[in-house]
Amino acid sequence: MDILITGILLGGTYALIAMGLNLQYGVARIMNLANGEILVAGGYFAFIAFTATQLSPILTIFLVAPLAFVLNWLIYRLMLQPLVNRAKNRGQLETDSILATFGLSFVGVGVMLSLFGGDYFSYSFMAVPVELLGNTYGANRVLSFVMAFLICGALYFWLNHSRAGLSIRAIATAPASARLVGIDVKKLSALAFALGGAVTAVGGALISTYLTLDASTGIVFTLKALIIVIMGGVGDVRGTIVAALLLGVLETVVASLIDPGLTLAAAYVMFLGILLFRPQGLFGKQTT
Amino acid sequence: MKRRSFLNLVSALTIASAMAATAASAENIRIGAVAPKTGPLAGGATVTQWPSIQLWVSQVNAAGGLTVDGEKMMIELIEYDDQTNPGETIKAVQRLATQDKAHFIIAPYGTGLNLAAAPLFDRYGYPQIAVSAITDHQADLAEKFPNMFFTLGTTTALAADVVKVLSEMRDAGQMGDKVAMVNVADAFGIELAAAAKPLFEEAGFNIVYETSYPLGTQDLSPVIKSAAAAKPDAFVAWSYPPDTFGLTEQAMIENLDVKAFYTAVATPFPGYGARFGSAAEGVLGAGGVNPESPAFKEYAAAHEAVTGNKPDYWASATTYASLEILGQAIEAAGLDRAAVSAHLKQSTYETVLGPISFDENNSNADFWTVGQWQGGVFKGVASRGRDGSVPVILKDGWK
Repeated sequence: MDILITGILLGGTYALIAMGLNLQYGVARIMNLANGEILVAGGYFAFIAFTATQLSPILTIFLVAPLAFVLNWLIYRLMLQPLVNRAKNRGQLETDSILATFGLSFVGVGVMLSLFGGDYFSYSFMAVPVELLGNTYGANRVLSFVMAFLICGALYFWLNHSRAGLSIRAIATAPASARLVGIDVKKLSALAFALGGAVTAVGGALISTYLTLDASTGIVFTLKALIIVIMGGVGDVRGTIVAALLLGVLETVVASLIDPGLTLAAAYVMFLGILLFRPQGLFGKQTT
Repeated sequence: MKRRSFLNLVSALTIASAMAATAASAENIRIGAVAPKTGPLAGGATVTQWPSIQLWVSQVNAAGGLTVDGEKMMIELIEYDDQTNPGETIKAVQRLATQDKAHFIIAPYGTGLNLAAAPLFDRYGYPQIAVSAITDHQADLAEKFPNMFFTLGTTTALAADVVKVLSEMRDAGQMGDKVAMVNVADAFGIELAAAAKPLFEEAGFNIVYETSYPLGTQDLSPVIKSAAAAKPDAFVAWSYPPDTFGLTEQAMIENLDVKAFYTAVATPFPGYGARFGSAAEGVLGAGGVNPESPAFKEYAAAHEAVTGNKPDYWASATTYASLEILGQAIEAAGLDRAAVSAHLKQSTYETVLGPISFDENNSNADFWTVGQWQGGVFKGVASRGRDGSVPVILKDGWK
C-alpha cells in the first residue's frame, strides 16, 4: 500500500511534467523541445517569489499561469506560426518545429543563466510529513499531487464539455476537417500551445517545492515528458494521466522491491513494450 | 563590383582590428578557463569553480597584475563553456592552446572532464593543477602526465576518514555498528562506495542496507524508507548535488532516526545550509574547511563582495588556492610553462588553506576530508594534515 501511494504521488509529478507537452504536441502539433525550459522558468519564478517575499508557491501559480500563457502565446505567434503557415504537411511541420524549439531551448537556458546564474535553486516548502493510511509522505508531494489531479481534471472536463475544448479536440483529431465546420484552427492552436505552456510552468512551480533544479535541468524533464506523452497517446489527456501513474508506480515498485538502480531500466522496458505492442500509445488512435 | 570592394574593405578592417587587439594584449598574460556553464555539472561549477576564478583575476588585476621578470602583467581571462561534455572540453583546450595562444590554462571542473583534458594539457605542455578531480589513480596519472597536479585528495582518503569518524563515534559508545550505505550510480559515487565498503567491514561495521540509484532520480523516498526499515545507526550516501538535497529532504520527512547522517557532494554548499536551516545541524558531508581561520574569513568576505555569493565550505577555497599557486609559480618562474611545472614540483606555496606543496606523485598531501554543519556553518571535522578541525556532534533529530 505504501509503495502504491508513493508511486501514485510520483505519477502525479510526472503528469504535471507531461500534460503541457501533450496539449502542445497533440493539438498545436508542435513537438516543443523547449518545454523543460518553461518548466524550469516556472520553478525559478516560484523560487524567487518564495525567497524574496515569502509568497507561497500555491499562490505563485496564479501569477505563473497567466505569465506563461502570454509568453507561450507570443512564442507561438511570432516563432511557430510562420512555420505552420509554410509547412506543406504534418511531417514537415514536425521537423521544422523540432529544430526551432531545440534552438529555443538553448536560448531559454542562456537567458536563465544570464538572469539567475547557473547555481542550484532549492528551498524548503512544506517539507513536513503527512500521514496517510499509516505511512508518512512529504506534504509538498501530496500537495503537488492534489494540484496535478485538479489541473488534469479541469483540463479533461474543459476539453470534453466546453465549446472551445471540443473544438480543440476536433483539431487534434482532424485538423483539415475542423476548418470546414467553422473552427478557427489558427487561433485555437495558439490557445492550446499557450495553455500547454501555462500548465507546464505551473507544474514547474509545484515541482520546485521538492526537486532541486538549475538552469540546465530542463532537458531532463523534456525527455521524461516525451516518453509519457508517447506512451499515453498523443493528444489524449487520459492517456497521459494513466501513463504518468503507471510509470510512477512501476518505478517505485522496482525501487522498493528490487533495486533503485533498476528504475531507469524498468521505465525504458515499459516504454519499449508499449512502442512494440501499441505504437500509437495506450489511448492513441490508430493512424491511417 | 562595388559590393565586393566593400566586402574587401570590411574584411581588411576586421583583420586590422584583430591584429590591433592582439598587439594591444601582448602585455597581458592570457589565461584560459574551461568548465561547465551548462549541463549536469553546471550547478556545481557555478558555486565552486567560476566565482573563485573571477575573484582571483579581479584581485590580481586590481593589484596591477602579476610580476613577470620584473614587469607587471595584467591577466586577460578567456572563458569557455564545455557544456559538461568531455568532447567540448577537449575542443576548448585545443582552441585555447592553438587559436587563443593562452599562456596558461586553469584546470577544468570535475574528475571526468579533467581526465579528458589531461592528454591535451600534456601535449601542449600546460601545467594542470586539478582541483575537483578526486581519484585513487593520482600516482599513475602523474607518471603519465607529469604536468598534472592534484589538490583535493583521493577517493580512499575521503571514504576512509568517514569510516574513521564513524568508528570513533561508535567506540565512544555514541552509536551502534549498523550502517546504511547508498550511492549514486555515477563515476564518483561508484568509486567511493567501492572504496568504502571494505573499509566499513574492516572496521567491524555491519552494513544493513546497501543500494545504488540512477543519477537524476526524482523520488528518493523508496531509498530512505528501505534504509529506515533496516534501522541503521548511521546513514551514508555517496551522493551528487540534486540527490544530496533530495535524500536530506526525505530523511527529514521520514524523520530518519540516525546518530550520523552523511551526504557527499554539495553538502558543504551554502545553499544546503540555507535550504535546511536548523535541520542541517549535525549533517556530515564531504570536504570541509577551517571557517575560523583568518585567511578563510578574508577569502569568504572577498568572494561575497566580488561575486555576490558565498563560497562553499570545501572546493571553493581549494580552487582559489590552486590559482594562488599558479600565480606564485608564474611570478617565480616566468611565462615558460616547463619552468612553471618544474617550480610546482619543488616549492611550497602560501595559500588560503595554509602551505601547499606537491609530493612525488604531484599530489597535495594536506586536505580536508569530512565536515559537519554546526551552528549554521560547515566545519571541518577530519582532515589529512590540516589544522583547526572541531569535534563531531551527534545528529539529534531533524528540527
